[in-house]
Amino acid sequence: MSAPARFYVGFLVVALLVAGGLSYFASSAPDGLDTVALNGCQTVQAAGGEELTGECIARNATDHATAGSPLADYSLFGGDGTVGAAGIIGVLVTLVVAGGLFWLLRRRGART
Amino acid sequence: MTVAMHMSDGLVNAPTSLAFGLLAVLVLAVAVSRARADLDDRTAPMAGLVTAFVFAVQMINFPILPGASGHLLGGALVAILVGPWVGSLCIAIVLVVQSILFADGGLTALGLNVTNMAIVGVFTGYLVARSLRGLARRSRGGLVAVAFVAAFANTVVAALAFVVEYAVGGAGGAGLATVFALMVGLHALIGIGEGLITAATVGAVAGTRPDLIYLLRQPARVTGSAA
Repeated sequence: MSAPARFYVGFLVVALLVAGGLSYFASSAPDGLDTVALNGCQTVQAAGGEELTGECIARNATDHATAGSPLADYSLFGGDGTVGAAGIIGVLVTLVVAGGLFWLLRRRGART
Repeated sequence: MTVAMHMSDGLVNAPTSLAFGLLAVLVLAVAVSRARADLDDRTAPMAGLVTAFVFAVQMINFPILPGASGHLLGGALVAILVGPWVGSLCIAIVLVVQSILFADGGLTALGLNVTNMAIVGVFTGYLVARSLRGLARRSRGGLVAVAFVAAFANTVVAALAFVVEYAVGGAGGAGLATVFALMVGLHALIGIGEGLITAATVGAVAGTRPDLIYLLRQPARVTGSAA
C-alpha cells in the first residue's frame, strides 16, 4: 500500500473503532443543549409514556419525524447493545455521501 | 428522553426555524461553489474521511458535570483540516445523516442546527485559527495550541447562536437570562473537551501528513482573495 493510501485507511479505521467500539463507553447523560432544554421541567410517567411538566425550553418539543427509522437513537431496530453496529453503518454512509459529493465537486485535470 | 445530541423539533417556533433554514440553504449553496477551489484528487478523499470521523466522534458523549455530558461539534477541526467552505459542508452532511437516519436533531430544526454547528461553529473556528496561523506554522506544538483555542471558541460561539435563535423564536417557557448563563457555562466546559479532541486529532495528522492540513497550506500573509 502506498503511503497516502495507508494514511487514508488508517483514518477510516480510527473512525470505525470510535463509532463501533468506543461508543459503548459514551456517557448517556443529556448533553449541554439537552441539559439546558430540560432545565425547569420534570419528567413524569403518563399514560402515553414520559411527559414533561414545568417551564422549560423542551416543554413543546415533539417526537422526531424519523423516530421509526431502523437506526433511530443509534441502534439497530432499537436493540440493546447495537450502538456499535449502528455507528459503523453511520460512518460508512457518511463516508459514501460526503466522499461522493466532494469527489464530484473536485477540480479535475492539471493543477494550475 | 431518548438519545439526542442536537436541537429537537419544537424548541423554536416554525417561522424562526424556516428563516434559519433558508439562511442555511443560502450559505451552503455558497459553500458548494467556494469548496470546489479547495477540492482536488488528494483533498477530496481527505474531506470525505474527515466527515466520517466527525460522525464517529460526535457519538462519544463525555461527562462534564454529574448528569450532564458534551460531545464534539467539530467546527474548528474541519476548518483546520479541510478549510471553512468544505468544512461547513462536512458538518452539514453529518447533521443531515444524523437527522434522517438516526432521528437525532429534528428535521424542522435542521436549519437551526446547521446554522449553529456547520456555519457559526466552523467559521468561528476558522477565523480564530486563521488569525493565529503564524503560531500554527511555527511548530507542531503551536498548531496543537491553536487547534485547542479555535475549538474552544467554536463551541461557545455555537452555543451563543442557539441563545440568539431562542431569543428570536423560543417556544418553551424558560427565561432568556437563565438560558444564556446555562448555555455558555456548560459549553465552556464542553469546549475544553472539544479543544482536547481537536488538538489531539490535528496533532496526529500533523505528525504523519502535515501536507493535508488546510491551515498549514495557507500563505503566511494574506495575499489576494481571502478564503
